[in-house]
Amino acid sequence: MLSFVAQRIVKGVFVLLAIIVMNFFLIRIAPGDPAAVMAGEAGASDAQFVQQLREKFSLDKPLPEQLFIYVKGVASLDLGFSFRQQMPVSKLIAERLPATLLLTLTAFAISLILGITFGTLAARFAGTWADTAITVSALLFYATPIFWVALMSILLFSVYLGWLPSFGYETVGANYSGLAHVKDVALHLIMPAMTIGLFFMATYTRMTRASMLEVKRLDFVKTARAKGLRDNIIQRRHVLRNALLPVVTLAGVHSGTLVGGAVLTETVFAWPGIGRLLYEALLQRDYNLLLGVFVVCSAMVLIFNLVTDLVYRLVDPRIEFAS
Amino acid sequence: MKKFWKLMLRNPGGVIGLVIITFAIFIALFGQMIFPTSPWRMVQRPFLPPFTNPMVTLGTDALGRDVFAGLIYGARVSLLVGLVSTTVALTIGVPLGAIAGYFGGKVDDALMRFTEFFQTIPSFPLAIVLVAILQPSIYSIVGSIAIVSWPPVARLVRGEVLSLRTREYVQAAIVTGQSNTWIISREILPNALSPVIVLASLMVANAILLESSLSFLGLGDPNLMSWGYMVGAGRTVIRQAWWITVFPGVAILISVLGMNLIGEGLNDALNPRLAKDSR
Repeated sequence: MLSFVAQRIVKGVFVLLAIIVMNFFLIRIAPGDPAAVMAGEAGASDAQFVQQLREKFSLDKPLPEQLFIYVKGVASLDLGFSFRQQMPVSKLIAERLPATLLLTLTAFAISLILGITFGTLAARFAGTWADTAITVSALLFYATPIFWVALMSILLFSVYLGWLPSFGYETVGANYSGLAHVKDVALHLIMPAMTIGLFFMATYTRMTRASMLEVKRLDFVKTARAKGLRDNIIQRRHVLRNALLPVVTLAGVHSGTLVGGAVLTETVFAWPGIGRLLYEALLQRDYNLLLGVFVVCSAMVLIFNLVTDLVYRLVDPRIEFAS
Repeated sequence: MKKFWKLMLRNPGGVIGLVIITFAIFIALFGQMIFPTSPWRMVQRPFLPPFTNPMVTLGTDALGRDVFAGLIYGARVSLLVGLVSTTVALTIGVPLGAIAGYFGGKVDDALMRFTEFFQTIPSFPLAIVLVAILQPSIYSIVGSIAIVSWPPVARLVRGEVLSLRTREYVQAAIVTGQSNTWIISREILPNALSPVIVLASLMVANAILLESSLSFLGLGDPNLMSWGYMVGAGRTVIRQAWWITVFPGVAILISVLGMNLIGEGLNDALNPRLAKDSR
């Protein structure tokens, strides 16, 4: 078990390293001489200043050396400097990361719980109107762009019904504390989390349904039935537990898409996370910040993949840890 | 072929999908001849609500541009990006997967590591970064979508090739001294086609979603009207003018749904055994 975890971490570190190297070259193909761009962003562009910047950021050194300096910097959590915001990139990201984690983890929980519930129901009542209703709505949610769901829910729940706040993380200027603050944030969280959650719920519903129907026909389920076990127990202990395995795999694969969904929803709801930060970087063509957020997103996905991999092995004891 | 159509038409979802996509392709090809109004031209006062002026059925946006014209022109961009980026992704993924599966060993290891690497990188952020750095244009959009969507193709093809290469007819071709290229392209790939076709149709749907998301964020080709751009432009005025965001969103939803339905129909028709099992 321990060696498996170590192995996976080492592999993750290598992937991250590769992403950082790729990032380095992406910055280099960004339009314009980086020093000139930086000078422009800082609001000055005389030749001497550009030369100073070039030396300060070692842009005058040969490429391999620059790469080495860059990788070393990222390893010590230095992701460069954002001249637009006049702040180190890593500091900007650290400020925004908690909001994104709250949003994506809530969305992930919502999508898994609802998806497995609806998928189980659809499989249980396969062929009836309930199955059709669930399958059709899953198909619809799966085809709807996340940003559009976000806008439509604002239209419905904020503009017409006035139930939920349409943007932000908390009520500006309200200065709630304690429980009132938690409630305030929760109210702001509902729509963004549901928006991401519904899209992924659709995938998990379809997956759970298909997988349950497949497991149901297997011999050990017939045996259980022949033994006279109650249907509820068979569904829960025999069918669901086995049917969940592919769903967990899919959930792991999806973590990357989850981060992508956060970019869109955070943009629409002005949720102060790294997705919104990515959008701001995009608007200002702040390449250092853009690529910094990208590295952090990738790292998040790697960690998430590792966790789901471990969960997978816990759910299914048949899979050995040493592979 | 006849049997294929019979199976495809037996699936009600697949038929609906075919109707939707045929219609969308028709609009993309001939829409601009039938409705020549440019989606960039100011035709009426801004914020004209829909269904009030028969000349501008779906109303106008914040700049007085015809929303309906935007939908017509946007169809071409969505479908074009969907189809071309999927084709490009296939031309990367199919050879890579085939080579990995056919030669095995170190080649397989190296290629699959490479594929895995691309699969771990969060795809939408990568697409954003690529388009932003290469500057938004139809080429950078198609390229970026292709780059983030080829890994599943490579994995699927590799798996198929891996199982097909042990078949007797492939062994026979090897014994008779056929070249590797010939064996892969003539003996193996044609037999691995069905699952690739199914995956490709789902990839088109995904590419349409990706394109609309990129355009929504302002990364669309500035010279082409697209549905995602329309939703993004209408976002800030959603309280005054719901129609600017609602209609293009519905257009995206329907096209993506159509492609997904076709994918499921194809799956049922091309893998009849699987389809019967899951019922």
